[in-house]
Amino acid sequence: MILSEPWRLLVFVAGIIAFIALNAAYLVWLERKVAGHIQRRIGPKEVGPFGLLQPLADGIKLMSKQLLVPKGVDPLLFKVAPLLVLVPAVMSFVTIPFSEKLVARNIDIGLLMIFAFASVNVMGLLLGGWGSNNKYAVISAARAVSQNVAYEIPMLITVVTMIMLTHTMNLNEIVIQQAGGVWNWHIFANPLMPIAFLIFFICSLAETNRAPFDLGEAESELIAGFHTEYSGMGFGVFFMGEYANIIIGCGLATILFLGGWQCPFGILPGWWWFLAKVYFLIFCVMWIRWTYPRTTLWGLLNLSWKILIPFSLLILLLTGAMIKVWPLITGAS
Amino acid sequence: MSGYFKELFGGTKSLAVGLGITIKYMVKPVVTVQYPHETLVMTPRFRGHIELVGNEETGAPNCVVCGMCQKACPSNCISLAGEKPEGAKKKILTSYILDFTKCSLCGLCVESCKFEAIAFSRDYNLAGPRKDAYVFDLKKRLEEKSG
Repeated sequence: MILSEPWRLLVFVAGIIAFIALNAAYLVWLERKVAGHIQRRIGPKEVGPFGLLQPLADGIKLMSKQLLVPKGVDPLLFKVAPLLVLVPAVMSFVTIPFSEKLVARNIDIGLLMIFAFASVNVMGLLLGGWGSNNKYAVISAARAVSQNVAYEIPMLITVVTMIMLTHTMNLNEIVIQQAGGVWNWHIFANPLMPIAFLIFFICSLAETNRAPFDLGEAESELIAGFHTEYSGMGFGVFFMGEYANIIIGCGLATILFLGGWQCPFGILPGWWWFLAKVYFLIFCVMWIRWTYPRTTLWGLLNLSWKILIPFSLLILLLTGAMIKVWPLITGAS
Repeated sequence: MSGYFKELFGGTKSLAVGLGITIKYMVKPVVTVQYPHETLVMTPRFRGHIELVGNEETGAPNCVVCGMCQKACPSNCISLAGEKPEGAKKKILTSYILDFTKCSLCGLCVESCKFEAIAFSRDYNLAGPRKDAYVFDLKKRLEEKSG
């Protein structure tokens, strides 16, 4: 079915927002289940079968709560900040190919666009923390920004490496290049790629403020950091943005390294494989969260500056050398 | 520089070991008791609030109203009363009130009893909206239990 342009756009925007909202709701459920079973509990079970209606109940609760604006906050920044977290996430989904055809806008600089919007996300956190006029929120915002700046560098270097390999920033084309079986995925393109994948994955954890890098949220010390002062859907929108960013991080890792919507066995449609890989990575994110304690701030920055950045630079150099020098040695064009 | 790589590999390995442990725990069966739906049987030496022990045949309380428990209680939780009917040899218990709000479960009353008339209950489902919900009429409880 081919829709005319404005309708196609509307359908995609509505679809993306519905996808994000449903995912945020049910990833919370999944997270609580994973956390429960890792700690040998059951997790939510009372509301509906297996607690499946719990997200619905939580959603109704959040929506029916008052949107409290505390005294002394900056009213404009306070209200805009949650949107500044959610809207870039929604925008980033525009270029993510769920399957060969299922992509809202197949633009040539998709990868660049996603990283441009990812940096706006940091602004949202900073403004939310600053606008709250709360010391915890300000500390958390400062931490989140220093962390995001530190981790954007190795992440972007890894992405540059990938662009050197793929010669394109069009996400759909990157996926098409990985057709034809598991060994064609970029993660197996050369021996350096698994390390690059690991660096990318660690950075995406840190970029989305997930444990063990959740210094910005640190429930126990900063009482949830930048969204301390938010109630009701203000908090809910922050949460949705956060989970949307996790999906984008895992989606990008899938597209760049794990073959996107390419299916290794030639069964089931592409979007099915894309979602399966993304949810597997999201499960890993949760698994990591419930395994490791929170790092210290200096540990976090040390990991970035002393390990991830040197290694990503090394991979960049070696990949460049491989691309330029290898053909000279072998005599290929 | 050698320390750097040693730390890097050691750290990575220990992180992987940690992930291995949690995934193993994740697939193991859960160990928690789903409390309102399932309850545990308390162990024999569990100390709940005290209760009166009745005669196995008649169900009447073993208590002879000697008042030793009342004297032994450091917090004055126990107040009991009895009367001696015409022609009877022993006193008969008329009321036994335990103020559980003050009880610290020290067990001196149970120790002081020579007639095995009081014992710890296994009752732990205690929650109530008012303080006076915890002033227990133990005689009535025993009658409810035996009758």
